Amino acid sequence: MSKETKPSVELRIPILKDMELVATNTADVIAKYMELSDEASGEISMALIEATINAFEHSESQKDIFINFTISDDELTIKVIDKGKGFDSEGIQIPDIDSKLKKQERKRGWGVMLIKELMDSVDYESGNDGTTLTMTKKKKNE
Amino acid sequence: MSKIISTEEHNNFLIVKTEGYFNKDLGELVISLVEENVKENKYHFILDLEQSKIVNSIGASILIEVIEILQEKDGSLSLCHMAPIIEKTFSIMGLTKYCNTFKSLEEAVAQ
Repeated sequence: MSKETKPSVELRIPILKDMELVATNTADVIAKYMELSDEASGEISMALIEATINAFEHSESQKDIFINFTISDDELTIKVIDKGKGFDSEGIQIPDIDSKLKKQERKRGWGVMLIKELMDSVDYESGNDGTTLTMTKKKKNE
Repeated sequence: MSKIISTEEHNNFLIVKTEGYFNKDLGELVISLVEENVKENKYHFILDLEQSKIVNSIGASILIEVIEILQEKDGSLSLCHMAPIIEKTFSIMGLTKYCNTFKSLEEAVAQ
């Protein structure tokens, strides 16, 4: 498959309530096609939910977001693309529940941490014209 | 649609069963229910997630607020019937450090 065009699925998602579930439904179908484990499928769905919500919220844009799934023999690559103003993923503090409970802190802000924990690789490219999150899940031989 | 499908008192616990995506809306329904019951001196809750197979971090963050409310009253939040990805998500967030977790409702009630 490596020298051929890899199969891909593209979604265009409007910024509407719960539309992140469109992405997870698609991911479920792709995970089954790739014969990924239920555990890997769940992790992909959770990471996609967080990535899509972040794209909705951080882009500060009413433009649709785009999600591209690329299937290869050994991994699934997902790109979540928004056309917002961009953000600094390195500047995001790692959340800590102990301090959130003790210091009356804002309780939210878990998305990037969850994505990094659940996926095998995560990369952000961000600029004034938007953000592209690229994340991969490797197919493990089980 | 995300909703609370039932509430039931059992021993010292209020059992809350939810259905659907555990998002901001469902989280807000749960915290409102907890706040109402705390006013009536009920401080121990079991959240049965058997019919909620998917969550987002906003819904989970509201559970942190629930824990905060209950900690002030020496109360408790127990979780049961969590789907594996929900349990993993709550574990990554550290939420399970502050909750009792059970495989079944029967185990949660018998704690």
